[in-house]
Amino acid sequence: MKYLDEYRDQRVAQKIVDEIARTVTRPWVLMEVCGGQTHSIVRNGLDALLPKQIELVHGPGCPVCVTSLEMIDRAHAIARRPDVIFCSFGDMLRVPGSDGDLFRIRSEGGNVRVVYSPLDCLKTARNNPDKHVVFFAIGFETTAPANAMAVWQARELGIHNFSVLVSHVLVPPAMRAILASPENRVQAFLGPGHVCAISGWTEYEPLVNQYRVPVVISGFEPIDILQGVLMSVRQLEQGRAELENAYQRAVQREGNPAAQQMIQRVFQVSDRAWRGIGVIPESGFTLSDEFRDYNAEAIFDVGEIHTIEPAICIAGEILKGTRKPLDCPAFGNECSPERPLGATMVSAEGACAAYYNYGRHLVNIDSVAQR
Amino acid sequence: MCLAIPGRISSLHDNLGVPMARVDFGGIVREACLSYVPEARIGDYVLVHVGFAISRIDEEEAQRTYQYLAEMDQLAELEDGNEGEPAHEVP
Repeated sequence: MKYLDEYRDQRVAQKIVDEIARTVTRPWVLMEVCGGQTHSIVRNGLDALLPKQIELVHGPGCPVCVTSLEMIDRAHAIARRPDVIFCSFGDMLRVPGSDGDLFRIRSEGGNVRVVYSPLDCLKTARNNPDKHVVFFAIGFETTAPANAMAVWQARELGIHNFSVLVSHVLVPPAMRAILASPENRVQAFLGPGHVCAISGWTEYEPLVNQYRVPVVISGFEPIDILQGVLMSVRQLEQGRAELENAYQRAVQREGNPAAQQMIQRVFQVSDRAWRGIGVIPESGFTLSDEFRDYNAEAIFDVGEIHTIEPAICIAGEILKGTRKPLDCPAFGNECSPERPLGATMVSAEGACAAYYNYGRHLVNIDSVAQR
Repeated sequence: MCLAIPGRISSLHDNLGVPMARVDFGGIVREACLSYVPEARIGDYVLVHVGFAISRIDEEEAQRTYQYLAEMDQLAELEDGNEGEPAHEVP
């Protein structure tokens, strides 16, 4: 496929790896922000190809992983209602709440449906006028315009048996929280390419300047990621801290103005609790007042929710880049994708799940590198 | 979750006032909303995320960057013996 296959070319990848090896003179810690990038790095063994001085730590950019347990329990309580059709992206179905997941709710008779696009929910609402359709609106800036459009269209079309349970998160406040932490190890970021396709990169420039940290907006294919690493390492070695774009075929400085406009109409910025990290100020979206009639949280009072997280799990530290999956005593033992204990094991894009799915608990990374 | 796949627009249509397209992903064709990429035309490549085109791929930029990366080893040979800045920055 055009724009995919050529960015997976091993020969080109090796050339970039060689150039990185020629450039690096000392140890550096880079964080890829987005879970899709983490998944690509581990699946393709890119970290094993890189010189030993370069350590990649894995960021908080997996919305499925960071959706708070409180919100997941709330979703489950709504999904159990007999008058509700609960729609969600497929990734959310396996995420454990305090008591089971959406698959279990479905097996117990709950009407839980997977949707490809949020607009699919509107068709479901029209076809089921005696039910209320709730969409679990999660995601980063990339997904917000799509979710916003579903709400906007519902109002345009006069669909009233539809609402959204919003748990949107934003990347720059999370990066700021990581950089501001006294434990921070991250010296440069691979920025999230598809988030920036929507938001552009002006929001990242204050972080670059305040923390003197290079940010290189990167894509998701092996060549894209290696190019992002090379540009980051060049900046670090030359003592520069700049915003650079390694994903020019998809990302413009101003982002996508039409999408931003829709986000601003439907959502407003709010504080948000991140699973494993805690509340980060102004790090999410909720519905704007104009669209409050579509707020599932207000429509369905599910009472107070008390959550319990396993004490052994170190997902919060992994999401902040201070520890890695193999540092966790539960990894691959009590905790696996089938029975996840915490945020980073629950989605294929979580760092722990990526390590597990590609056998990192079975082989030494050094032996992978020597192959 | 932020996965977005590049595909080629094969036709345009309207669905209840929303501009839509049929997008070909290497033989698999799906519908995508074009509201956020209104300038896209048939034959253009767009990145599609959860049924929405989020960005039109800049083909010239893609070609230029890829060419640079594919020729990186030749540039490295040219730079051997030159300890200064690389001849070309990665775009």
